[in-house]
Formats: sequence, structure tokens, C-alpha cells
Amino acid sequence: MIKFQNITKIYNHNTTAVDDVSFEIDGKEFVSIVGRSGAGKTTLLKLLLAEEKPTRGKIFLDNQNVHKIKPEELPRLRRRIGVIFQDYRLLSSKNVYENVAYVLEVIGASDLEISRDVPQVLEIVELADKAQNFSKELSGGERQRVAIARALIPRPEIILADEPTGNLDPYHTREVMNLLSRINEMGTTIILATHNKEVINNLGKRVITLEKGRLVRDDEKGRFIL
Amino acid sequence: MLVALKRIIHSGWLSFRRQTALSFATVSIMMMAIFLITSLFLLQGMTKFLIADLQDKVDISVYFKKDSSEEDILRVKAELSENPEIKNVAYVSREEALEKFIERHKEDQILIESLAEVGENPLLASLNIKAWQASQYTAISIFLEKGPYQELIEKVDYYRNKEVIGRIFEISSNINLAGIIFSLILGFIAIVVAFNTTRLAIYNSREEISIMRLVGASSWFVRGPFIVQGVIVGVIATLLTVLVFTIGVFFFSSRIDLFIPGFSLFGYFKAHFFTLLFIQLATGVGLGVISSWIAVRKYLKV
Ligand SMILES: Nc1ncnc2c1ncn2[C@@H]1O[C@H](COP(=O)(O)OP(=O)(O)OP(=O)(O)O)[C@@H](O)[C@H]1O
Ligand SMILES: [Mg+2]
Repeated sequence: MIKFQNITKIYNHNTTAVDDVSFEIDGKEFVSIVGRSGAGKTTLLKLLLAEEKPTRGKIFLDNQNVHKIKPEELPRLRRRIGVIFQDYRLLSSKNVYENVAYVLEVIGASDLEISRDVPQVLEIVELADKAQNFSKELSGGERQRVAIARALIPRPEIILADEPTGNLDPYHTREVMNLLSRINEMGTTIILATHNKEVINNLGKRVITLEKGRLVRDDEKGRFIL
Repeated sequence: MLVALKRIIHSGWLSFRRQTALSFATVSIMMMAIFLITSLFLLQGMTKFLIADLQDKVDISVYFKKDSSEEDILRVKAELSENPEIKNVAYVSREEALEKFIERHKEDQILIESLAEVGENPLLASLNIKAWQASQYTAISIFLEKGPYQELIEKVDYYRNKEVIGRIFEISSNINLAGIIFSLILGFIAIVVAFNTTRLAIYNSREEISIMRLVGASSWFVRGPFIVQGVIVGVIATLLTVLVFTIGVFFFSSRIDLFIPGFSLFGYFKAHFFTLLFIQLATGVGLGVISSWIAVRKYLKV
């Protein structure tokens, strides 16, 4: 379903963030990408979302080259992918409810669906009482949970979770990982980037290990090894 | 489609309402731009009136010999009237000239008495000629003095006025040109300032724009609310400016009218109200929309 083909990304002509990486991900897979800080995990996700262009190589989603898509077709591709950004990227001018509702508006959901689904999802991430707050009024972990709610709500085919538990306490970490596993069991492809050893080891799913931008391991039922 | 439009408008309105300080700033800058352009419009109206008024006062007079018949004079008048360069020809008979003279000098007892002593009407019949352009007066006076009618003519009262006429036209065309250049420069500055204010406002939202793109919003869905905001700013700024102008013109009209007799600023304002409103709306909304459009486009490339 997703294919990275000899992907190299060099920023500013000197930082090589990703170095000749190739791998494939099947539909409904749950893949973790691990590696030290700066190993290139976020960069890989950005490349898949066409936020960045690769210096060399190609990325395919359903046999379509992601970086050859016409600009006006790009939104359609992105609507298939829900992203939990490492830095949350909430819309600062909108409150929690509107942030989550926005992605439903984007896909053209009806007002009825929005008023039904948004409170439900906010309930799941335990933020129902913060619905009217703006992101600057939230704690780091609360922001992260808004980002999670936003990524999940349109029921995308693929979820990119970039360090989704980075700011969460052990209790919420477990909740979120259980949530992601359940969503995966229902058929959503999940790509998780993290350096949380415990999370990886509890999952027992495929693990791709990056080191300084290079792919050094790719194990089915992998463990966190650095 | 309709749902998307509704959401775009709602979102634009929300942003306008929430970013109070920013909205206040953009509305006031936009008001200044509209204010300037409206002032220039009114100023143009006033100078046009002044110039027309001034030019209307300029004419040349041909005086006919005492023995020329009215018929001959009217023949000259008819011929002159056919000339497209000439705006207007007015005939003043000897009797009319006398009446006017007496009317003008009725206070001056000695003059009236001496006039009575002369016994007959010493004044000459004349034609008052107004041309469309000052440059035509020389040609007209040459035609009269050297042309087929020279026998009839006593004198052409042009050379005496020549300098004044030339200067009046020179000044008025200078005023006009200066007005246009001044308007263009000020209008340009107003537009640039308003444009950059919008750009700065949207620069603040560049992060949001890229996020919207990354969660799959089409460029229209992102751009829309900013354009709606531009429209709201433009409309509110226009309405406020109209209000300010209506009140201002109403109160200052009488004072300005003193400077320019015969001109009513309020009347002019009223007569051109809808033209003005259109110009103001076009300025406000046009500027808001175009500058939002251009500013957003830059950040849509994600
Ligand atoms: N926009 C950018 N411009 C220049 N260099 C960048 C940019 N983004 C990332 N890099 C560099 O690319 C390398 C990989 O960054 P990346 O964000 O992919 O790491 P990561 O594996 O996600 O790290 P972390 O675990 O800390 O999130 C780093 O050395 C980083 O400094
Ligand atoms: Mg990262």
C-alpha cells in the first residue's frame, strides 16, 4: 500500500535527514519507526504527507507517486491520512471543539455528523470539559490528546502517529496505545514514530529502526533495540 | 458546496470577531485608504467646478462700428456659432449695452448726467464669444480682424485680456494636472499601506494555513475565510467612512461653500452619493479581497 523507494532527504544541502531508505507497508499493518532523536523519523512522515519533497527517491501510495500528484489533487490524498503531529499543530485561532470539527468540515461531513461525532471523540480523549478552550490554554498532554482526536475523527485509512505519547503520563499512554491498537484491528494502517521503548515492546508489532537517517533494522514482531 | 460556503463565511466571520485588535487595525487602515480616496474624489469635484467657473469668466468681445446693422452682426454671430471651437456667442445690442452701463453706474450721478448730455447712445453693439479652449482665442480674434467682416468691426477686445486669459488657462490646467498627480500618489500610498496591513495580518496566520493544508483542506477552503474577512473589513470600513463623510460634509459644507461661491459640497456629495459609495466599496472590498488573496497564496504552497 505504501512504498518508500530509495528515499534520501537532504535539508539545506548539508543535513542528511534520511539516507537511501526503502521499505513497504501493507494495508492494515501497524508499523513502528524507532530511532534516536534526529534519526529522521519525522522527516519520513513529512515526506509521505508531501509536506517535504525527497531529494532522491520515490514514495508510492496505492501505486501513485505522492510527489507527482497535482497540487489540486493533494488535499484528497491528505484526507486519507490522519496525522498526530509531534508538535501537535493545533489551529491557534480555533478552540478544541473547532479544531476537531475542522477536519470533518474539510472532508465535507454534514453538520449533523459533526455535532454527533466531535463530542464523542472528545469524550474518548477525556477532553469534553475543555471543548471551548483554545490551545494556548491547554497543557502539553491535553494538546497532544486534541491532536489525537483530530487525527482519528475522520476515520482515515492511514494514521501517522509521530510520538503520540511524548507528553502523556503512563495512564494516558496506555489508553492511547490501546486506542491505536483497536483502530488498527478495525482495519486502519498505522505508522507510529517513537523513541519510547516500553511502548514498542508492549506492542510486539513490526519495527523499523533508523540510525542517522539509515534504515538499520526491519523486524516483524520487533523489539526496541538501539 | 453550499455547506462549504456557509462554513467558509462562518469561519471568516469568527476570525474577524475573535481577533479584535487585528480587525480594529485593519478596519482603521482601510478606513484611511477609503477616506483618502473619497477626499480626492470630492476635491476633484471642487477643482473641476472652480476651473469651469474660472474658464467661464473668460471671453472676448468684438465691438461693431456704430453704423453696422443688426442684421450684419447677427450674420457674424450665426457664422461664429457654427464653429465647433466656439462654445457660446452672445449678442449685446447698443441698447442693451446702454442699459447695462446705466445699471452698473447708477450710483455715479456725474457719469449718468454726462451721458444724458451726449444725447445719443455712445456704446457699441458687441458679441461676447466664449471658446472651449483658451488657445482658440487668438485664432478667433485674427479671423474677426482680418476676415471678411473686418469692415464691420471697430475693435476686438482681446489683446487687452490676452495675458489674463492665457494665465487663467495655464493655472487651471496646472491645478488639474497637480490634482491628478497628487491623487495618484496619495491613492497609491493608501493602497500600499492597506495592502501591507492585510499581508502582515495574514503573515501571522501562515502557520495555520500550512496546518489546514496538511489536514487536507483544499486551497479554496483555506483561502475562503481570509477573503470573507477581507470583505467584512472592506464593508465595515466603507460604512464607517460613509458615516464620517456624511456627518463631516453636512457640517462643513456651509464653510467650504463660502470659499467657492456657487458650489455646494453637500449638494455635490448628495448628487454623487452612489457613485461615491460604489468607489468606496470597490476600494474597501477590492483591496481587502485582492490583498488577502495575494497574501494567502504565498503560504498555500504546502
Ligand atoms: N526543516 C529542516 N531543515 C533543516 N534540517 C532539518 C529540518 N527538519 C529536520 N532537520 C534535521 O533532520 C534531521 C532529522 O530530523 P527529524 O525531525 O526527522 O528527526 P526525528 O527522528 O523525528 O527526531 P525526534 O525523535 O527528535 O523527533 C535532524 O538532524 C534535524 O536537525
Ligand atoms: Mg520527530
